[in-house]
Order: sequence, then C-alpha cells, then structure tokens
Amino acid sequence: MKACVIQFPGSNRDRDMISALHKIGGEKPDLVWHTDTQLPPTDLVVVPGGFSYGDYLRSGAIAARSPIMNEVCKAAENGVRVMGVCNGFQILTEVGLLPGALMRNAGLRFVCKSVMLKVENADTAFTRLYSAGETIPCPVAHHDGNYFADSETLKQIEDNGQVVFRYAEGTNPNGSINDIAGIVNKQGNVLGMMPHPENLIESDHGGENGRLLFESAMEIAEARAA
Amino acid sequence: MTVENQRPITVELVDEHGIKPDEYERILQLTGREPSYTELGIWSAMWNEHCSYKSSKKWLKTLPTTGPRVICGPGENAGVVDIGNGEAVIFKMESHNHPSYIEPYQGAATGVGGILRDVFTMGARPIAAMNALRFGSPDHPKTRHLVSGVVAGIGGYGNSFGVPTVGGEVNFHSRYNGNILVNAFAAGIAKQDSIFYSEAKGVGLPIVYLGAKTGRDGVGGATMASAEFGEDIEEKRPTVQVGDPFTEKCLLEACLELMQTGAVISIQDMGAAGLTCSAVEMGAKGDLGVELDLDRVPVREENMTAYEMMLSESQERMLMVLEPTKEKEAEAIFVKWGLDFAVVGKTTDDLRFRVLHQGEEVANLPIKELGDEAPEYDRPYIEPGRHSGLEPSDVEDTGDYNAALLKILGSPDMCSRAWVWEQYDTLIQSNSLQIPGGDAGVIRLTDENGDPTGRALAFTSDVTPRYVEADPFEGGKQAVAECFRNLCAVGAEPLATTDNLNFGNPEKPEIMGQFVFAINGIGEAVSSLSMPIVSGNVSLYNETNGQAILPTPTIAAVGLIEETDKMAKVLGANEGDVVFLIGTEANHLGQSLYLRECLGIEDGPPPPVDLMTERMRGEFVRAAIGSGEITSCHDVSDGGLAIALAEMCLANNLGMTIDLASETPHASLFGEDQSRYIMTMQESYANMFAANAEGSGVFFSRLGTVGGDSLTIGKYVSLSVQEMRATHEAWFPEYMERRPAVEAAQ
Repeated sequence: MKACVIQFPGSNRDRDMISALHKIGGEKPDLVWHTDTQLPPTDLVVVPGGFSYGDYLRSGAIAARSPIMNEVCKAAENGVRVMGVCNGFQILTEVGLLPGALMRNAGLRFVCKSVMLKVENADTAFTRLYSAGETIPCPVAHHDGNYFADSETLKQIEDNGQVVFRYAEGTNPNGSINDIAGIVNKQGNVLGMMPHPENLIESDHGGENGRLLFESAMEIAEARAA
Repeated sequence: MTVENQRPITVELVDEHGIKPDEYERILQLTGREPSYTELGIWSAMWNEHCSYKSSKKWLKTLPTTGPRVICGPGENAGVVDIGNGEAVIFKMESHNHPSYIEPYQGAATGVGGILRDVFTMGARPIAAMNALRFGSPDHPKTRHLVSGVVAGIGGYGNSFGVPTVGGEVNFHSRYNGNILVNAFAAGIAKQDSIFYSEAKGVGLPIVYLGAKTGRDGVGGATMASAEFGEDIEEKRPTVQVGDPFTEKCLLEACLELMQTGAVISIQDMGAAGLTCSAVEMGAKGDLGVELDLDRVPVREENMTAYEMMLSESQERMLMVLEPTKEKEAEAIFVKWGLDFAVVGKTTDDLRFRVLHQGEEVANLPIKELGDEAPEYDRPYIEPGRHSGLEPSDVEDTGDYNAALLKILGSPDMCSRAWVWEQYDTLIQSNSLQIPGGDAGVIRLTDENGDPTGRALAFTSDVTPRYVEADPFEGGKQAVAECFRNLCAVGAEPLATTDNLNFGNPEKPEIMGQFVFAINGIGEAVSSLSMPIVSGNVSLYNETNGQAILPTPTIAAVGLIEETDKMAKVLGANEGDVVFLIGTEANHLGQSLYLRECLGIEDGPPPPVDLMTERMRGEFVRAAIGSGEITSCHDVSDGGLAIALAEMCLANNLGMTIDLASETPHASLFGEDQSRYIMTMQESYANMFAANAEGSGVFFSRLGTVGGDSLTIGKYVSLSVQEMRATHEAWFPEYMERRPAVEAAQ
C-alpha cells in the first residue's frame, strides 16, 4: 500500500511518522506540502502531529484551511484511508472529517507520558489486528487533547461504535469526555487519535504496541501473505 | 538624520548604558570623537558583561578546551565534538536568568529558543535539550508563580519546536529568592564536513537577514542582564524578548535546507544585542568591515529608530554572508517557509562598522575594537574561607532512620520531578532511550534513513550549589565529577563539557573569589577526567538588593555509548539480583541533605572528590556495564547510600535487603562521600564481578539482594516501596496545586 504524509509549517512529528511508515511498510511515504493542490496516488493519507501554524488561533484551525486539505477531504469521501494523530486529529476535526473538538487539557498543562489505551472497537481498518477490549500502553504528548462533543453527537459516535480507543480507567490525561482517545468517522475510513502509536513501534521505544495500528491500516499481513 | 541619533551624550546617559567613566574615555579614543546616540548603544551592547565577558575572560582562558575529539572549542555559537562516523555533536548551555525572573514564561521560552538557534546555526539538527533550574524557597511568595511560568515556557518552546527534553535539574533555596536561574542546554548532530561558522569571508559579499521581523522587544536586554536587580525591576519587563517557536521551527528547516545549497559562507544567529552583536562578530572574526542599511531590515513596527533596530533582541533571526550566485535559490527557500529574506548590507575591506538609516550614516566605528578590544578586568578577589571538618560524631544522630529517609526523599530538592518533566515532550523524534528521572538522558544515533546505528549519546547536567558555597574549589570539581559519574552510570564514555557559570556581582572581591576558585576546581576536574570545556556562558550580577545567589557553576556533559544494547539504567533490576556498592562506606555529613533536611543546619565542608579515584571507578563501572551483565546502575549522590537505594527500589518497583552494621549509622546511610555507584546483577555473575573489581583495585562491597516490596537496610531502615513512593511523589504536585489564599478567593 502507498502512504503519504502531509507537512504543514510547524508539523514536528512528521519525521517520526515518516520513519514509522517506512520501517513498517518497507517503503518511504510520499511527502505532501500543505500548499500542494494534488495528492499523489495513495491508499493512506497521514496527517502528523506537531504545532501546525504554531497552534495560533486554535490548534489545527489554520492548517484545516490549507489548500491540500480540500484534496484530503475529497480522498476521504472516495474511501481513501485518512489517519490524523495528535495535531492531525485536531486538524481532522477542524476540517469536519471527524465530529467533535479537542480542547485545552483539563489540567491546562502540556502532558507527555505513557497512558493505557483500551481498544474499544477492533473492527475498523485501523485496529483489526488488535483484540477488542485489550489494553495497550501508548504515549501521549499534547496540550489540547481534551476531546469534547455535544451530547447528541456523543450518543451517535458511541452508538455507531466510532470510539476506537479509550483511555483505560485512571489514565485519562486530559479530561476527554467518556475517556475518548481516538475515533473514526461513520464510514470507518478516517481515524483521529491523540496518542502517538508512531512512538511505540520498536523495542528501543519500550514496546511495539503501536505497530499493529500501522500494520492494520497498511494491510501488512495481507501483503505478506500475497 | 533621526532626532534620536542627535540626542546629546551626557554623563547620565553614559551611566544608564552601564558604561563606566574610564570605559567611556576609551570609547572616546577609539571613536575619535563623541559617539552618536546609536553608537553609544552599540558600544554598550558590545562591551557589557554579558557580551564581552570582561570580568571572566582572564579566568575562562585557564580552562582546558582541547582534546583529541574537540573540533571546535569556545568562541563559536556552540562547541563541536567528534563522535566518529564522520559526525559531530554540537552543544552548549546558556543562561536566561534575568529575563526569566522578570517574565518567567517568555524569559524561559526564549532561553530555549536562543540555545537551539546556537546549535542549528552551525548546521546541526537539534536532538536533545536539557534545563537546569534554581528557584527561591518554596515559601517565598513568588516561587510557585516562577516555577509554573518557567516550566510552561520551556515546554511551550521546546515542545512546539520539536526537540526532546531529556534531562535537567530543579532546586530550591532561599538564596535564589530574588534571582532564579534558568540554564538551557541544547545539542545537535551534524556531518563533520558541513559545519557552519560565523567568521565572515570575502569582500563585497551580500549580508542577508533571515527569519522573523525586527520589533522593539528586548531593546537593551544584554545590558539589563549585566546589572544587579533593585527596586525598579518591574520597569525592566519591556527588556524581555517574546518567543515564537513556530517561526523558529520554520527557521530551522529553512536554514538546514539552505545550508545544503552551498549558499552560506558564514552564518550567525542574532541573540544578545541582536543585529549589532551578530554583525560585529562576523566582521571582526573575519577581519572585514560591515556596512548595514537599516532601511532594508524587515520590521514589524513603524518608526523604529536606528538605536532601537540595532539593539532589538527580537527572536528567531539570523545574519549570513551569502554566496551571491545562489541568491535566488536561497530566497526561494525562505519564501517557501514564510520567512523574511533581505539583503541588508555587505562586507567591506575597511574594518569599519557602518550603519546607514534613512540615507544618513548613524554609526561608523572601528569593528575590531568593538569586537575584540572590550575592556578586560583582573578583578580583585579574596580566597573563600573554608569550613573546619565535621566528624560524624559532631553531628546529631536522630536515631529514626525511616523518618530521616522519608524526610529527605520527600523534600523539595529530592522528590520526584515528574510534575516538571511530564510537561516536556521527552519522546519526539522517536530516539529517546532514557528520559528524565535516571542518571542521564540518552538519545540513540540513527543513519540517514532513521535506522538506529546501535550507538547513542548521553546527556547530563549537574552542580551542587551548597557544596560550591561551602568550598568553591571542591564544589567546582564536584560538579564536573558528578556529570562524569552520571555518564559512566549509563555506560557512556564522557566526551566533553559545557559550563554555565552563574554568580553574583564580580565587583565584590568575595564573589570574584568564588568565581576564581570554582573555575580552578572545574579546570582541574575536566583535565583529570578528560572532558574538555567546548562551550559555555557566564552570568554575573545575579544579585538583588545586595544579596547574591549561591555560586552555581552548572556543568553539562555529553557522553558516547558505543553499544546501546549494553547501556545501563536505574531500571532493570530483577528479583534475586545481587546488589554491589562501588566505593567505600560513607562518613561525610558536611553539607549533606541529612544535615539540612533533618537537622536544619547547613554546615561543614563539602565531600572532597579525589579525581584519580573518580576516574578509576568510573572506568571500572563502564567496563562492567560493557560486559552486558549489569542489570541496573545508579550513582550515589545527594542523600547518600540510603537515598540511592530507595531511588532504585522506586524505579524498579522492587524492594532490597541490604546488610549494614555501623558505629555511625547516620553517616553510613546519608553521608555524601563521592565517587560511588550501586550496581545490580544476577547472582551467577557476582563472583566474576567481585574478581574484576578486585583486579582493578576498586573498593567495593556486596550489599545485599533485590526482592520483596520493602527496602530493609540492616536494623536501621525498613520501609515499603509503596510508602516511599507516596512520599517521593507527593511534594511537587501538592505544592504546585496549593493556591495562595488571595488567588483562591478571586
């Protein structure tokens, strides 16, 4: 599968993401600059973490209005997989590909630490190699990860099984409603999550629990079998 | 000509610029006439303590700065050290003390921004940051606000820029009530054949301004940082710069892209004294004149005077000498990143520093004299007094060692710093092998594809100011020795050092004495331990209303790990492992935390460091770690053996049973004798380990075993890991969440 990574000025986990996709997928992803008006042929678009446009105005707000995001939205409509991590999640909510919003952490401070994630839905393109209900460690590093949606939206995403990852009990680092750490859109081809699976793919990272997410999204097992 | 520039030069104006009457006489001679207002500002910017090192230069010259691995020592933006494979590590530590006290968030943030710029100006991509912080007493009304602002500022800048923070220090003492210390460290990696320097080359070449626009922020900052604080401190807020990590991140990427094109002949970041200092340094180093046309400088405010533009310390700016054939290509890169790119001047062959503004020449000064002939003082000093010895029998033994251990473990200086470092991104770039909380931060080295090479760099920063206060020479030595020890404890070979020397007013002979003796101690230690000083920074005048800080020569050091799979951590001990002490049983309680925290006394001499012993034990520890048989390792420092063991229990979430019988248990448990380590390994390796230690002539003893859920030390200590953890982790969050009554009422 072919992957690409969108780069905005201020993206800073783009290199981590590129390296993870390269290591796991075996091929270097294409890099797409935010002013581009065309995506390369791709099966997976990744919007990486960072502080695009310095988080000015609201995190993700300015990046969501970059020319390339029109193309990302079109690709998502056509069923291409889109994955936003951290600032990428914020951008995907700002551009309307995912419901809800990411507010300032409840503690009002940046937080970087390992939390426990419960895989709530293992029936998505991004999580199918995990087991439903299993709990994995994963690092977070953000200032605005406090997920919020109004009660109606929240009911919908809960009822539809759109909540993919939840902070396991007692580890919610940011005050997210219903402990939500990651969601998919209704169609299941767009994922947004605050934790950083790309920082947990090698034994040097203290674990490889993030790998299955990439292997799911890039259909690595299938590629190996083929 | 602008009216400002015609402002008459009065005695008061000269004094306001921090220029002494005899210095002004020299300025008159060198200028050949009365300087214009802008020129006075330029002289003041170049000759203040912060930029000229006029009180410290004589002593800094005595420090060992060379070694087989040193590619570039002090004098450039940062030091450059060979790490093999055609690569170099480029690093430096720098203070941002005065601004951080006035405006903690921006002061600390721009301190981080400045040191990162120093590193990437030389062509290195930053891979690690650290910070050493000293605050006033926790009871002081400003302390909580300052801790909160400084930590948020460091995180706010470093996290957004995208560099992992891997280590640092946080300490509290009433002597920092009026002057906190914010010392920021950064390190980057570059190819040895593409390192960029600041020395200008070639006549008639364009000088290009890069980065963010110039505003009025930080005008006179370097001069402010060269004076004591008085009652007028609130008026100094406008001298603090405002940081924009987003622009800096773009500047990093643009500069590294630019450097690959061959467009950069020389480059210098604009730090203290902004445009003035960077232009003069580039010209003076290259024996060239510089002409600047201020009408071409990108500005973000209207009607700025030449004086303001020359002294602005607006952040995220660079100056470079451009290879003229590459102008279009270079400009395109900066346009892509949304940054300013403006040709603002040229190099000349007349050794003059000329500044044009609105068609007038507002400054015309001799560039070499500005840069190189700043006054140099041999300030009088007096040898610091020494404390007489303090035997264990002179120190009260409280008898309750559980209580003493918990008291120290939960004290402001020793409790868990997780509240602090969880606000820093410690994982970005995916190469962090050890994050804060251990003996050293470790970042692995990767190849061009981002694949690990099996090698890594270790980073540590240390100084024990109460030791330096009690004996500047021994304290200076100890700061270096502890950095050496921290690096050895993870299995790294210490390579080189950067120093950040924070002291009070050097015009006072007793302060100058602290400075001189601390430098002598540092010099002796870096020489004996083969870790030359390759960069550094001096911050003097850390005084408020005549009260100086504790002398604080912060040392940061970098080490190399050749095989990351054999690296040691505090974490890694297993049930049943054997515990060894490298070193002898302790009996030194002078200046110990036991004395301070349990008895409320700060007295006695600091523990002496024998540098030969330090080196021998460090080399033994590294070799032992190199065997791959060591499951965990920790150095013994503040709080002594008992605290080191407790910290290992906490990291591993396991207990230990330690044999100890002593005539003076308080000294054995809490004495801070130097050059000691604790190591654990499987029982099956213990005999071999002991034989090796004996063969190496290193003192050691088998202390006990790992296991259970309590720390038991002889008949003296018995505490559950759970209880120790609760105490260790409580103080910082509780202190920071506690709201003063006034604030809570609002």
